[in-house]
Amino acid sequence: MGKFDNHGLKAISPLGGHERRVDVFTGLQIREVTDRALASLAARQGSEDAVKSAVASYLGGALPEPACWTEHGVFAAWWMGPDLWMVSAPHDSHELMAGELKQAVGEAGSVVEQTDGWCRFDMEGPRCCDVLERLSNANVRAGKAGDATRTSMEHLGVFLLCQMPGQGYSIIGPRSSAASLHHALVAAAKSVI
Amino acid sequence: MIINHPILGPRDSQEFTYLGDASLIDRPDWQADNAADQFHDYLYLRDNPAGEHRELWFHEQGDRSWLVVTRNTVTHEILNVELARDVARARGRSK
Repeated sequence: MGKFDNHGLKAISPLGGHERRVDVFTGLQIREVTDRALASLAARQGSEDAVKSAVASYLGGALPEPACWTEHGVFAAWWMGPDLWMVSAPHDSHELMAGELKQAVGEAGSVVEQTDGWCRFDMEGPRCCDVLERLSNANVRAGKAGDATRTSMEHLGVFLLCQMPGQGYSIIGPRSSAASLHHALVAAAKSVI
Repeated sequence: MIINHPILGPRDSQEFTYLGDASLIDRPDWQADNAADQFHDYLYLRDNPAGEHRELWFHEQGDRSWLVVTRNTVTHEILNVELARDVARARGRSK
C-alpha cells in the first residue's frame, strides 16, 4: 500500500457531486461520465510517423484520422487538430496513462495529462439529434459512428463523439464549465421533450 | 459565408475568427541591422486591395488550426484555403 493511499479524501465529479449525475427524459438520457483517464498527444514536427507507429503499438491500433475517433480494447482516441489527439482509457486501470504514453513516444511526441481538465456527458436515446441540433453547428443528422467533431455548445468549445448515429453521443467539455454545459444540455432537452 | 477547411471541409465562417493580412507570417528578423524599420513596415503598412486578399483566419470553434484564406474583398468569394503552417513552411518560416 502506498504512502498516500489512506488520505481519506473522496473525489467529487465535475458537477460537484459524489454520485454521477443522470438526467432522464422520454427518449433521452444524459449521463455524467467520470471514470475515464485522458491524455493529449501531439506529434512534434518531423516526427509524425514515428508518433503514429509508437502509439499504434501502445494502443493496439492506429490513431484516428482527422475528425474521427477510434476504439482499441480499453483505449479510445480522438482527433483534436492537426497532429494532435486525445487518448482515453478507464481511470481505475490506467491512472498513469500519460506517463506510459510518454514512455511509448519518447522524444517524438508531447504528452499532457488531461484527466481533470474535462467533463464528459453521454447522451443516449432516439431524441439525441433533436437536442444536439439546437446546441451546436455540427451536422449530427449527417454524421456516422466514429465521427469526432470539435465544435461549440453554449459558447464552450466541446468535442462531440458519435457512438451510434442518432442514438448515442459523448460530449466532452471544459471541466471548469461543467455546470454550464450540463445546464445547456438539460435546458435544450427540456425545450424539445 | 462558408470557409472550405482543407482538412474538415465546408464550415460556417461563424466558427472562425479573423486576424488580418497573411503577410503577418513574414515576421522580420529582429536581429537585422534595420530591424526597427522592418518592424515599422511590418506592423503599420498594409495593402488594402479591392479584390483578392490573402488573410489569416483561426478555426477557434473547431480544430484550432490557422488558415490562409484567399478572399475577394469585393465579392466575398473565397478562392482558396490553405493551412497556415504549410504556407509558413513553404516560405521557410518553420524551424
